[in-house]
Amino acid sequence: MANAAATVALGAAGGAQALRFYDSGGHHPENATLLGFWLYLMGDCLVFACLFAAYGVLGRNYAGGPSGADLFQLPLVAVNTSLLLLSSITYGFVVIEMQRKRQGATLAWLALTGLLGAGFVGIELHEFANLIHEGNGPQRSAFLSSFFTLVGTHGLHVTFGIVWLLTLMAQVARHGLIAANRRRLMCLSMFWHFLDVIWIGVFTFVYLVGALQ
Amino acid sequence: MSEHANLGKLVFGRLTWDALPLHDPILLATFAAVAIGGMFIVAALTYFRAWGPLWRDWITSIDHKKIGVMYVILGLVMLLRGFSDAVMMRAHQAIAFGDAMGYLPPHHYDQIFTAHGVIMVLFVAMPLVTGLMNFVVPLQIGARDVAFPFLNNFSFWMTACGAGLVMMSLFVGEFARTGWLAYPPLSGIIASPDVGVDYYIWSLQVAGIGTMLSGVNLIATIIKMRAPGMSMMKMPIFTWTALCTNVLIVAAFPVLTAVLALLSLDRYVGTNFFTNDLGGNPMMYVNLIWIWGHPEVYILILPAFGIFSEVVSTFSGKRLFGYTSMVYATVVITILSYLVWLHHFFTMGSGASVNAFFGITTMIISIPTGAKIFNWLFTMYRGRIRFEVPMLWTVSFMVTFVIGGMTGVLLAVPPADFVLHNSLFLVAHFHNVIIGGVLFGLMAGITYWFPKAFGYKLDPFWGKCSFWFWTIGFYFAFMPLYVLGLMGVTRRLSHFDDASLQIWFQIAALGAFLILLGILSFIIQLVVSFRRRASLTDTTGDPWNGRTLEWSTSSPPPVYNFAFTPIVHDTDAWYDMKQRGHIRPVAGFVPIHVPKNTGAGFVLAVLSTICAFGLIWHMWPVAAAGFVTLIVATIIHTFNYDREFYISSEAVVRTEDARTQLLASHG
Repeated sequence: MANAAATVALGAAGGAQALRFYDSGGHHPENATLLGFWLYLMGDCLVFACLFAAYGVLGRNYAGGPSGADLFQLPLVAVNTSLLLLSSITYGFVVIEMQRKRQGATLAWLALTGLLGAGFVGIELHEFANLIHEGNGPQRSAFLSSFFTLVGTHGLHVTFGIVWLLTLMAQVARHGLIAANRRRLMCLSMFWHFLDVIWIGVFTFVYLVGALQ
Repeated sequence: MSEHANLGKLVFGRLTWDALPLHDPILLATFAAVAIGGMFIVAALTYFRAWGPLWRDWITSIDHKKIGVMYVILGLVMLLRGFSDAVMMRAHQAIAFGDAMGYLPPHHYDQIFTAHGVIMVLFVAMPLVTGLMNFVVPLQIGARDVAFPFLNNFSFWMTACGAGLVMMSLFVGEFARTGWLAYPPLSGIIASPDVGVDYYIWSLQVAGIGTMLSGVNLIATIIKMRAPGMSMMKMPIFTWTALCTNVLIVAAFPVLTAVLALLSLDRYVGTNFFTNDLGGNPMMYVNLIWIWGHPEVYILILPAFGIFSEVVSTFSGKRLFGYTSMVYATVVITILSYLVWLHHFFTMGSGASVNAFFGITTMIISIPTGAKIFNWLFTMYRGRIRFEVPMLWTVSFMVTFVIGGMTGVLLAVPPADFVLHNSLFLVAHFHNVIIGGVLFGLMAGITYWFPKAFGYKLDPFWGKCSFWFWTIGFYFAFMPLYVLGLMGVTRRLSHFDDASLQIWFQIAALGAFLILLGILSFIIQLVVSFRRRASLTDTTGDPWNGRTLEWSTSSPPPVYNFAFTPIVHDTDAWYDMKQRGHIRPVAGFVPIHVPKNTGAGFVLAVLSTICAFGLIWHMWPVAAAGFVTLIVATIIHTFNYDREFYISSEAVVRTEDARTQLLASHG
């Protein structure tokens, strides 16, 4: 009713010009959350790019200390990598169940993803603790400084991802799979897969290449 | 007794009474002035019962227009601080010759030039640029707000809190003595064990997060929220430059965050990124910080180019000459700004090939920039030019900036740079482009959009005074530095032996005094305009016969910006609407969906500041508590789903009817 009146009022003047200059209320801008979050991720990606660059510059500066070949335990790293890759698959199921509007299954897959992530962080902390205990902490050499910072920043991101995941589980349990929560689940999905991609870079360029030297 | 001392150390870390500047008369007097001024403001707010409105209408506001205004106020307040530093340096250098040691001890002088650079770039130019983009871009694209209004408020408060930390360092502890980019090993823990560099790191980190998020916000706004019909190549040129600038922000500020994080790890944890031993590499810091730092200066200048484009077109009464080439020039500059960072340290010694590459990319930037200058000139050619104050700034910019650009090309030649590196020639060059480009642009922009923000124009007489004092003062202040630089005088010196140089420093000090008059004229202009606002009032919403959509709504615009979203058919959309005889709709209003105000952004930013303050002073429990509370508060905020409401159609009708009557009463 109001819209009909608007259309009349909005008709353009100027005789032959039949152009409309005002929208009568039908125009709604698109939701920008996913684009915005994607942009944030690209920024975050640059933080990792800097850390990779720092590792590239300093990764051979052992300062008379141990090298990657001396320190890295590839079997442990393989387990860790598997956990993180699996958690990306389980997050895939979260999204599938979310699209089917099945709240219980969504929450279950979220919980499994969180557990896998926690396992990853746990193993990484175990690895760090061992290194520091043996006197090979981040202060030992520029190589270890850049190693701890790159891997640790990734681990910190996973930790924040787990906190976010738990928060979202509470919110989904409370409000259900409403549009706002679906949007948030999609953002976390991007975040989680992004961390997986970063880890593939860490695994390849830090651990595999490092163990080969 | 010793347990008592340990507890004190745990809670207060390095913070003791010695941190207060009780021994320094200059700082003490400043502190007294700030304290008295602060008490005066608090008393005035209490007397006028303004605390409630201040909290409800401003601090918690997520209206992009108010946030834009707050950014500009922050920038202007910090300009006074940064300029005081400049005047102190100019006065000191003019007298510190031979036996006279000047009035500033080197320890203090080094803090002043560091603070001056940090403040002017990050807490004056950045807030002013971000503020204008925040205010103008949604209006220019016909949107009701930015894409993420809450994030916008949070970004502002993070920037303000970063500025607050810098100001705090003036009275509690000290600021860095390292120069504005804090190169290690000077900024490392061995050479700078005190809190100065930590203040530097954390104020930049806190403000940097705000800047990064506002970059994301404005890109998403421009991509997703343009009015129907406004394709990319129909966007106003200021919006284009804003888009490119925010792309630069998102692509550059994470690098700053990362490099400062590495520096803080060196300082706090004892890692060896930039140390001289155990494999560290200080030059990596210099590379990384300039990979942020060079795009940063384009972040500042691109929106200024956008402002000049709007101003030239409006006050020449013509469509901008070469719109398409202007857009491409902007995009090319955006890309090239990433390929030149090494020209800041040709003397690092990377070898002839590397230096040649970066020298040539640097020179190439002058091509798109030159194209822009010609576009502005051709826009003026055969236009009906009105020399209003924004246009004066623009003309002065065109002359001044070209000089700065030419000295820049000179510095881009590596052999010449080896002679001029770190000399006053360089100082003159970057002030030439930042004052003559960015600052003149911001002054033009503030004068141009002021009536849109407040509903009345700025008084032109005092505007012209400010313009002339700034322009003439600039030449007096910086042309002598070119001469001194060519004679081999290096930057950041607090004392000179050669008395024959003194006259040049005295001329430069006179220039600084003229600029002071320019700033005073601007302040007088604000006061005079406020008092005369009745005669300067803008009832039409279009005081300059503008061409873009921000001039199609009232001055100041209603909360919702546009009762009906405009439909765009041409590049200069509002000019097009006026030409084709559009009729402003006066009926048929519908309710408008807008976000609610929230204090969450302010609270989160304050918690970040508390955490940062704890880290600066090694007050670990405070830092940890601040961090944990920050995380918890963020999580609590995400549980609030009720963030929007409708402005009823009756309220819209009331607002729009008032404007209808206003327009009718003024014919």
